[in-house]
Amino acid sequence: MSRNLKTALFSTLLLLLISYPILGLKLSVIGIGLQVEGADARTLWTIGLAAVAMFTWQLLRDRLPGAGRLAAMTPSVPGQVKHWLTLPSTQRWIILALVMLALVWPFFGSRAAVDIATLILIYVMLGIGLNIVVGLAGLLDLGYVGFYAVGAYTYALLAEYAGFGFWLALPIAGLMAATFGCLLGFPVLRLRGDYLAIVTLGFGEIIRILLRNLTDITGGPNGISQIPKPTLFGLSFDRRAPEGLETFHGFFGIPYDSTYKVIFLYLIALLLVLLALFVINRLMRMPIGRAWEALREDEIACRSLGLNPTIVKLSAFTLGATFAGFAGSFFAARQGLVTPESFTFIESAMILAIVVLGGMGSQLGIILAAVVMVLLQEMREFNEYRMLIFGLTMIVMMIWRPQGLLPMQRPHLELKS
Amino acid sequence: MPELYHYLQQLVNGLTIGSTYALIAIGYTMVYGIIGMINFAHGEVYMIGSYIAFIAITLLAMAGVDSLLPIMFVAFAASMIVTSAYGYSIERFAYRPLRGGNRLIPLISAIGMSIFLQNMVMLSQDSKDKAIPSLLPGNFVLGESAMSGVTISYMQVLIFVVTFLAMLGLSLFISRSRLGRACRACAEDLKMANLLGINTNQIIALTFVIGAALAAVAGVLLGMQYGVINPHLGFLAGIKAFTAAVLGGIGSIPGAVLGGLLLGVAEAFGADLFGDQYKDVVAFSLLVLVLLFRPTGILGRPEVEKV
Repeated sequence: MSRNLKTALFSTLLLLLISYPILGLKLSVIGIGLQVEGADARTLWTIGLAAVAMFTWQLLRDRLPGAGRLAAMTPSVPGQVKHWLTLPSTQRWIILALVMLALVWPFFGSRAAVDIATLILIYVMLGIGLNIVVGLAGLLDLGYVGFYAVGAYTYALLAEYAGFGFWLALPIAGLMAATFGCLLGFPVLRLRGDYLAIVTLGFGEIIRILLRNLTDITGGPNGISQIPKPTLFGLSFDRRAPEGLETFHGFFGIPYDSTYKVIFLYLIALLLVLLALFVINRLMRMPIGRAWEALREDEIACRSLGLNPTIVKLSAFTLGATFAGFAGSFFAARQGLVTPESFTFIESAMILAIVVLGGMGSQLGIILAAVVMVLLQEMREFNEYRMLIFGLTMIVMMIWRPQGLLPMQRPHLELKS
Repeated sequence: MPELYHYLQQLVNGLTIGSTYALIAIGYTMVYGIIGMINFAHGEVYMIGSYIAFIAITLLAMAGVDSLLPIMFVAFAASMIVTSAYGYSIERFAYRPLRGGNRLIPLISAIGMSIFLQNMVMLSQDSKDKAIPSLLPGNFVLGESAMSGVTISYMQVLIFVVTFLAMLGLSLFISRSRLGRACRACAEDLKMANLLGINTNQIIALTFVIGAALAAVAGVLLGMQYGVINPHLGFLAGIKAFTAAVLGGIGSIPGAVLGGLLLGVAEAFGADLFGDQYKDVVAFSLLVLVLLFRPTGILGRPEVEKV
């Protein structure tokens, strides 16, 4: 009892020390000086109640009958269903069903729904790309958003200075991002996991700082605006086509409707995602895909079997960057405006959270996680608490389900005894 | 020789900032030395330390205390105590359940913790800049005049003195005390230390607490030096301190100090050479270069990869 009392006192004191000074006292600017004010009554009451709850719980934790059974109480899926859900073949069918749904979506959903779906598809694309690096090859890349930025600025700059269209710039943006991935990846891929994470984070920040400060070329903090939208075989979706182009509605002789543009953008995003899914599914069965996963599991064993780790890692890094480049140029085309502030570390963390939440290596998981994260981001009621919940989710997920919400089983053989 | 004085001035400024980087870097290096993990949320602890100091200073000012010594004492004490609680809780909540698994998992959890703490402060204290007037204004000049001499502010002297004292205390603690010996044993071999009866959980928690308290010292000092804080400053400071730790050889405490000082000087000269906005690029580039050519850092031991 006395031991429990000690723990209870200690944890309560800890709780108060953590919460009261930061949450209970508020620095506020009055005139030119600062003043400390107490927080509102609700916050103070919450802190007090939390402290009391903590104290009672720690004091009585051995006596509470339900404490041990708490783990058993969390809802769990029956084993067989879980097994079935994680089978690669099942997941493939679910993905197919989702693709069908995605194809008919724009013709039934409202304009806003299609817009959000486009955003989800961008994140799916980024998630698939980062999944190659983090999920398959096991390299923690915290600067992924840098390649996204390279893709976006490649299209923006090409459109601004050379008048390139979206379709011509798309492969160039992918290529540019791949080049950056290769150049940046080459020196750092010898490093071990956590060093690599920090170095890539540094690279991402360097790219952003450069974009912000090279004002003559990139427009600095204001970025580049009026990036042209994609066209369909030379047909523009604007009300009045730019010189030398015909408009979509004019060509088909239908009245102008701005929803066409939204739907068209959505379909391009869907096309890019399908392409990415196709490529990655093929690659995973090729020797290179197998090598990525093998390298993630055991680098030394791989090396002894004659794989060149640098080349295998570099290919994953470059390919991941390429997808980010595609997503970036699409993002630039959709927004019509790119600024350095769209490519902060938080964006990297968000993409990483999608990969991690989905279950590293699982494509279906990534799609679902992208849907969840984007919807969470779009919910205006939660807006203030969004990032708070986001951070907390990352911690809780790592503790509770490090394998992700919907992991995919590896193909494996079982020995019959 | 105005040129020489100019460079000397940059050197002094760089060493000042560098010594606070060193204080934060010690937290990274100690945790890494024992459990081989980057405490990504360390920068946020530093930021919280600054906030607590500002709150304490403002409270005292409102109560009418205006002599420097008690203000300093209370600011340091309050912010070290509170950040220690943070260090302990972060370890207990976000890292202990994950120890011993895949290396990437605690790192991701740490990123989550960092985002969580930053947004918690942003929600409760809002994200506007908060400024206080300098507590220790004034400076003195080494040399004939401000143009041909080196100007050192009293604040810079204070930073040097406090950093020196903190490091002295830490090295005495590590080398002389019983707990310090346990720390060294854990850094040498965690499992063996556990077998020999050291409470390793306690020691790991202790390293988090010490790291957090030192980060708080840096937070108070830098907060007073710049006079402005906001919830975003933890991120950059964390990355820079990590760079310092890697530069000196992660896992080594003298290395962290050396790395911090070097980074501060490099940044000061880099900003002088390329312009202030490229200061951070200098730090990141330095990190990349070190990892490329000497991944173990200046004082680090080469790591043997075990199968």
